[in-house]
Amino acid sequence: MTRKQKKVLFRIIISAILLVIVRLINPQGWLSLLYLIPYFVIGYDILRKAVLGIIHGEVFDENFLMAVATVGAIGLREFSEGVAVMLFYQIGELFQSYAVGKSRKNITALMDIRPDYANIEKEGELEQVSPDEVKVGQTIVVRPGEKIPLDGVIIEGNSTINTSALTGESVPRDALTGDEVISGCVNMTGLIKVRTNKEFGESTVSKILDLVENSSMKKSRSENFISRFAKVYTPAVCYGAVALAVLPPLVRMLFLNMEPAWGDWVFRALTFLVISCPCALVISIPLSFFGGIGAASKCGILVKGSNYLEALSNSGYIVFDKTGTLTEGVFRVKTVYAEDNAVGEDAAKTNAENYVLEIAALAESYSSHPISTSLREACANALDKERVAQVEEISGHGVTALVDGKEAAVGNAKLMKKLQIAYKECTEPGTIVYVALEQKYLGCILISDVIKEDAKEAINALKTVGIKKTIMLTGDNKAVAESVGKELGIDELHSELLPADKVTRVEELLNEKTEKDKLIFVGDGINDAPVLTRADIGIAMGALGSDAAIEAADVVLMDDDPVKIALAIKISRKCLRIVYQNIVFALAVKALCLILGALGIANMWIAIFADVGVMVIAVINATRTLYTNKLT
Amino acid sequence: MEKTYKIEVDCANCAEKMEDAAKKSEGVADATVSFMTQKMKVVFADGVDEKAVMKKVLKACRKVEPDCDIEL
Repeated sequence: MTRKQKKVLFRIIISAILLVIVRLINPQGWLSLLYLIPYFVIGYDILRKAVLGIIHGEVFDENFLMAVATVGAIGLREFSEGVAVMLFYQIGELFQSYAVGKSRKNITALMDIRPDYANIEKEGELEQVSPDEVKVGQTIVVRPGEKIPLDGVIIEGNSTINTSALTGESVPRDALTGDEVISGCVNMTGLIKVRTNKEFGESTVSKILDLVENSSMKKSRSENFISRFAKVYTPAVCYGAVALAVLPPLVRMLFLNMEPAWGDWVFRALTFLVISCPCALVISIPLSFFGGIGAASKCGILVKGSNYLEALSNSGYIVFDKTGTLTEGVFRVKTVYAEDNAVGEDAAKTNAENYVLEIAALAESYSSHPISTSLREACANALDKERVAQVEEISGHGVTALVDGKEAAVGNAKLMKKLQIAYKECTEPGTIVYVALEQKYLGCILISDVIKEDAKEAINALKTVGIKKTIMLTGDNKAVAESVGKELGIDELHSELLPADKVTRVEELLNEKTEKDKLIFVGDGINDAPVLTRADIGIAMGALGSDAAIEAADVVLMDDDPVKIALAIKISRKCLRIVYQNIVFALAVKALCLILGALGIANMWIAIFADVGVMVIAVINATRTLYTNKLT
Repeated sequence: MEKTYKIEVDCANCAEKMEDAAKKSEGVADATVSFMTQKMKVVFADGVDEKAVMKKVLKACRKVEPDCDIEL
């Protein structure tokens, strides 16, 4: 508890004791004013604020409501009720501030990735300094169990690091000398020395913290609705209360020839005022969104605003960029097809596929093209560059070279035609590399981008959460697009698109759909910033360490697991469900109590429940957004 | 020009009122208050002295919620 809260608690206790004592004395006549002692102990600040509010022209706030209600009750000689109402109001307020503070703490603890210090080596000893003071290029030491405070490169030591605070991924990563490490991760096994390459303010951890903390600044439609509602609601109830106090007695007196019963009606009006406080609504909604955003970030999903979390729950269409989101975005050798007579007498030791691959990898060993790299990576044997000579790259065709003194040709169909080699055409989707030796066709190698392991599961998960249509956009050729689309079960494909075409496509899709269904675009954040911003919700994947992606997207997946998209939608739906529950519950209870209050059935106690009780229940309900266990 | 300030406010409704008051202050182009993070983000109009503007903002906020505070 904060000091402020402790002070209120102290006042509550003192005032409650005093109230009991005065009740026991049961003073009569003017001695009843003894009740004012506990009343002022508990209510002086409310009365002060109510007076200040009136002076400043802010009449209809809750302080005013409470002041009028309690002063009114005392005026009607309902002393103990007046004091009790104030007492319970303060208990409620205290509970509210405690509950909100507690859940705020819980949520911020979820996002607590802020490193407290950095170790710098000075004259052989480690010194702890604030991460702010470390300059770019300085060397920091991170011991096992410590958070990496700044982004940098490991210059000494090997270790494994835990990225779960950032990505939600629990499997640790290896970090070896020369690897880049990202701040906010926890160093697990070995001592490492890191040369920083960013200042603290520019480091990943600061950027993410900044983003999450500012996310509650972008308010959702529900929040705006409630604050607009509260502005109308409070004055409306106040006028309602005035009408309730004045009109029925007048009607009774003038038309029904009855006693006006002023006291009764004024008391009902006061009950009305106590019920009317909009706090349950106003507090529980931002709290729910904050909890939802916190829960998502615990799973490695950064949502940049309550408005995006709200939009996610209405997502109907999802557009994927193929490369880097559904596929790994790296070329890999998928299959090698060797001709039956490919293996010559000097290569009898190895099997035919390996031989074809080895020739190709050797011939391409001087090239840095992604396809050459993939060939070299796939080749199991060590490649001795000495075996290669006279390498000639023919642009747009491939490579010719002398491998072990024999003429090798490695390239596409055009190269084979040019060299007049009889080859067998391969029609599978992907990039085909044909290999020939001494004008004899050996076989071909199929290289393609690999579909991510989880991609199919991700698409299925999206369909089960009720996504209407999945769409894939790609710059690749039709054959590749269709094979990927078929394997994953994508509903609509658009292939051979230039980056600008992707924007046009997304715009067309935006025009076709209804306003209610939101369109998500998922990209890897590289080159697709315009589309990310154009879509209703832009999701960037695998964004850990990529500033551009974090900037452009509305939702950022820290690792590149596409299954998290469905999880994000589930979290947002749960959050929104809780928001609506709270709105309906609070409004229903208040409306009911208002009616009961007007009819004279509800007394002050019910009124206090309608105010404080509803709020407490709404706050507790809102904290449910934090728990995501059942969703995954 | 945009700056974020730490604030102290006890109730969510009061935070809304502070946001309104800040928005209406002279020299403020836009303002948002987050009750959850206890922060106020202020977008200043071009060429104003932010310190002077913030004094006005604080005054306006105190008017609607006497207990609030902004760390300037």
